[in-house]
Amino acid sequence: MKKKRIIPILLLKNGWLVQSKEFSRFQNLGNPVTSVKRISEWAADELIYLDISRDNSYDLRRDDLGHPNRHTIFEILDDVSKMANMPITVGGGIKTLNDIQKRLAKGADKVAINTAALANLNFVTNSAKEFGSQCIVISIDVKLFDNVYAVMSHYGQKRTQYDPVTWAKLVEKSGAGELLLNSIDRDGMKTGYDIQLLNSVVSAVSIPVIACGGVGEWSHFAEALEKTKVDAIAAANIFQYSDQSVYLAKKYLYEHSFPVRPPDLMLI
Amino acid sequence: MNKSAICILDYGSGNVRSVYNVISQLTSQVHISNEKKDIIASSHLILPGVGAFGAAMEKIRKLIPLSILENQIFGKKKPFLGICVGMQVMATVGREFGEHNGLNWIPGIINKLETDELPLPHVGWNNCIFKKESAFTRGFTGEPDFYFVHSFAYVLATVNNNSVIATTNYGTDFCSIIQKDNIYGVQFHPEKSQKAGKLLLTNFLST
Repeated sequence: MKKKRIIPILLLKNGWLVQSKEFSRFQNLGNPVTSVKRISEWAADELIYLDISRDNSYDLRRDDLGHPNRHTIFEILDDVSKMANMPITVGGGIKTLNDIQKRLAKGADKVAINTAALANLNFVTNSAKEFGSQCIVISIDVKLFDNVYAVMSHYGQKRTQYDPVTWAKLVEKSGAGELLLNSIDRDGMKTGYDIQLLNSVVSAVSIPVIACGGVGEWSHFAEALEKTKVDAIAAANIFQYSDQSVYLAKKYLYEHSFPVRPPDLMLI
Repeated sequence: MNKSAICILDYGSGNVRSVYNVISQLTSQVHISNEKKDIIASSHLILPGVGAFGAAMEKIRKLIPLSILENQIFGKKKPFLGICVGMQVMATVGREFGEHNGLNWIPGIINKLETDELPLPHVGWNNCIFKKESAFTRGFTGEPDFYFVHSFAYVLATVNNNSVIATTNYGTDFCSIIQKDNIYGVQFHPEKSQKAGKLLLTNFLST
């Protein structure tokens, strides 16, 4: 039987790993490469790496962490893929087929596309034709407006004409291989996933949906697995709070008889 | 362990770098190449792969010297490993976006997984059920999980039973590890499968 995936998301902003709250407040967590090593050792099922920099500066600026300064996402990705024998999805600022090609060449397995898909749906089709659907993850950021869900673009800043179900169906038809569904209202709130949002999208498409936004305790993962048919459960902030967090999350779910891989540690 | 030179066949497949990275953790003698001299000098050959069957076959025919490669595999009996689409192209035909001829090294048909209501592609960790002993799978106990990303696979009913080393279930049972003599194929990505993937690749380098 296929296992439900537990996926840590690393948010990168200008070369730093950050925590995010409602897509608008950010707290610096340090060096992204060190964190990837830790997460690799905890045998995460997969890793999603989102660059939310609003400009193109990736200077880590500090040498005291034992790593040389890095200036591009590609150099960071280079390090990550050497260390982590696990699937890596990279997102943020991807606008062209060449942007995708360059990330795959550095060891990414999939790319997450958001704003560029909303700007031009043909980009999804062309990307899927060139690299295969399995490579194209469409990231959907959703926000509530008077009890109406709306898809947001530009890092959650601009409201689009789409509701999440319509948009999910459109990108599926255009060749998307997976959906990363994120609730902006739940981001950093620690109140659990938006179950209603997850169910509405999961029941509308036949490609895998990855849940994101709102996890504050392990039981929130369990809630999503119990109440929805999501293919994977993702989170960012919670995995940064404690040592061996991914291992502990898997252990919690495994011991509660959810279909996940047995918890394991790898030394790298 | 005979691992004098591992050649990862280069035809522009997306996961070449990841395969290289993990093999590099096992031996320093590894290179990515499609040149005759490197294929001839190698002890083991690996064909990575992602994406669609037809597109992969087209690139393989264009960029890899197949008669030299076949001589190394069938004449010199060098161990060969096909990964994901690199496994699928060893079949007789592939039925993704039309019908395409494969290399026919291990006869069988590649078709879309019949999964009923399960989402496709089949993405994630799934277990292998061993059907036959092989040096390739030495050291595994139970049903180890590997990482899969695909929608197509070897249809079990079209493969000679002797070649089926392991099957995996996703709506339907499909062939996840295949072997014929010194030719091996895996539908999952050992380069992304952490400990289990590394053990399998270590076994391959030991054959």
